[in-house]
Amino acid sequence: MAFAAFSTSTTAPEPAQRRKSPVALLLLLPGILYLVLFFLAPLVSLLLTSFQAPSEFGDVGQYSYAFRWENYVDVVAAYWPHIMRSFGYALIATVLALVFSYPLAYFIGVKARAWPLLQSLMLVLVIAPFFISFLLRTLAWKQLLSDESFVITSLKALSLLAPDAHFTGTPFAVIFGLTYNFIPFMTLPLYTTLERLDLRYLEAGNDLYARPFDVFRKITVPLSMPGIVAGTLLTFIPAAGDYINASRDFLGGPDTQMIGNVIEANFLVLQNFPAAAALSIILMSVILVIVSVYVKRAGTEELL
Amino acid sequence: MKLSLGKWLLPLYTLLALIFLMVPIVYTFVFSFNDSLKSNITWRGFTFDKWLNVCQVQNGSVCEAFGNSILIGVVATVAATTLGTMIAIALVRYRFRFRSQTSLLLFLPMATPEVVLGAGLAAQFLSLGVPKDMFTIILAHTMFCISFVVVTVKARVASLDPALEEAGRDLYGSASQVFARITFPLLLPGILAAALLSFALSFDDFIITNFNSGAVTTFPKYIYVSAARGIPAEANVIASAVFIFALVIVVTAQVSRAAREKRLAKQS
Repeated sequence: MAFAAFSTSTTAPEPAQRRKSPVALLLLLPGILYLVLFFLAPLVSLLLTSFQAPSEFGDVGQYSYAFRWENYVDVVAAYWPHIMRSFGYALIATVLALVFSYPLAYFIGVKARAWPLLQSLMLVLVIAPFFISFLLRTLAWKQLLSDESFVITSLKALSLLAPDAHFTGTPFAVIFGLTYNFIPFMTLPLYTTLERLDLRYLEAGNDLYARPFDVFRKITVPLSMPGIVAGTLLTFIPAAGDYINASRDFLGGPDTQMIGNVIEANFLVLQNFPAAAALSIILMSVILVIVSVYVKRAGTEELL
Repeated sequence: MKLSLGKWLLPLYTLLALIFLMVPIVYTFVFSFNDSLKSNITWRGFTFDKWLNVCQVQNGSVCEAFGNSILIGVVATVAATTLGTMIAIALVRYRFRFRSQTSLLLFLPMATPEVVLGAGLAAQFLSLGVPKDMFTIILAHTMFCISFVVVTVKARVASLDPALEEAGRDLYGSASQVFARITFPLLLPGILAAALLSFALSFDDFIITNFNSGAVTTFPKYIYVSAARGIPAEANVIASAVFIFALVIVVTAQVSRAAREKRLAKQS
């Protein structure tokens, strides 16, 4: 539902003038203080934890503050496949979600403009997956894609699928789950920009004898760039950090574990807090670099 | 022939795409009527039992987890909506130093993967020796909801006509009267939308909760923990009921907005 974050902030008109007043401090202070205490300070804790070394005579899970930067070397060496897999899966899922969502958002935002009721009904259907538990809808796919499910058995009976085809536990299933779960994050920002698309630009292109494909490529796509940028970020960031879809109890298997699974296992099961912290810092840094480069390249800095 | 096919391709695709999006929802709903035993994987026949006895003894923990989720959601929503609305008003109405730093601080939690937010808070609670329970979950949920409240309410504050408040002041309304009688009622739709969004985010959150919940079980955590040995159909009942409830709220909001727009269009 984060789409609101990216779509509304760009449309808000600036008020006539902003006053300077001590009231501002009073309004800001509690919330900002809260974020400093429970967002910034935890990031600092995470950074400090990532350099911790095992306590000399301590049990498992006991660490003391140090500057053991080798933690980073160790986790990258140990979990390189998981790190690459996370960004690879997230990238593929983002591209698939974009390809899936663009025509859908185009129809709802452009073609259905004449029927506002139909438009809002379709939008409700797009966000409907949000209303059912994330974990349950992922499990539903697990059951539908399992070898015994009626979908798979009937496809196999019809010879539309190889008899030894197998989905759950494969990268295919994980990427499928990531794509499905984050489609609404892609469709909604696309819809908000396409809904405001001025059709006269398209008409102008047609009048100048541009082929429909060129009109799409040179007019529609550039004008919907803010939606594409917001949608891809809103899909990519949670997908790269997700560990539900890749979990063994859900759509994944032993060979599909992502960085989130490793962070969870190290933190909550193995109690190797420095490793989990180092992996979190790596994940966050890579995402921040990708986000800032991508936003600069796409030329939509005001989006943030 | 070719022309009509092209014309129907996009609507047809949209229809199929929307059906695809509904598949797991329909599945979850249908299996809430399954006469299942312990796990709910194969279809064993239709029954209303699970709906009528959601909180029966052996599965009472589903309802307990659900109750925890509601409680956490309500408290975190009230806290985040209050803090976030105040920030939103300050951002739109006032000039102050460190504005860009403030915006960055508000944007970052939304750009940070949940697993990092969860692990960070857990690392902080660990180093401070804070035991993880209901309270730490509420602290965590409030944190990630604030930014979403700010962006939702900010748009509403920005679209507010300052002339309305000036009129209130001209008529000798005190600052608190102007706020209570004019500003707040006009902001209310935005605040309500932000509160609903917060509640939805909190209610469905699993990743951050998992890192900061200790022994407390929320509804998503219950599903995660039982996923290995099979989810009881009662979980499907609760999820389906929540789904229907949320759908009713959203559809009502849409219909009333459409009606209001129609009325306004008639007046002008």
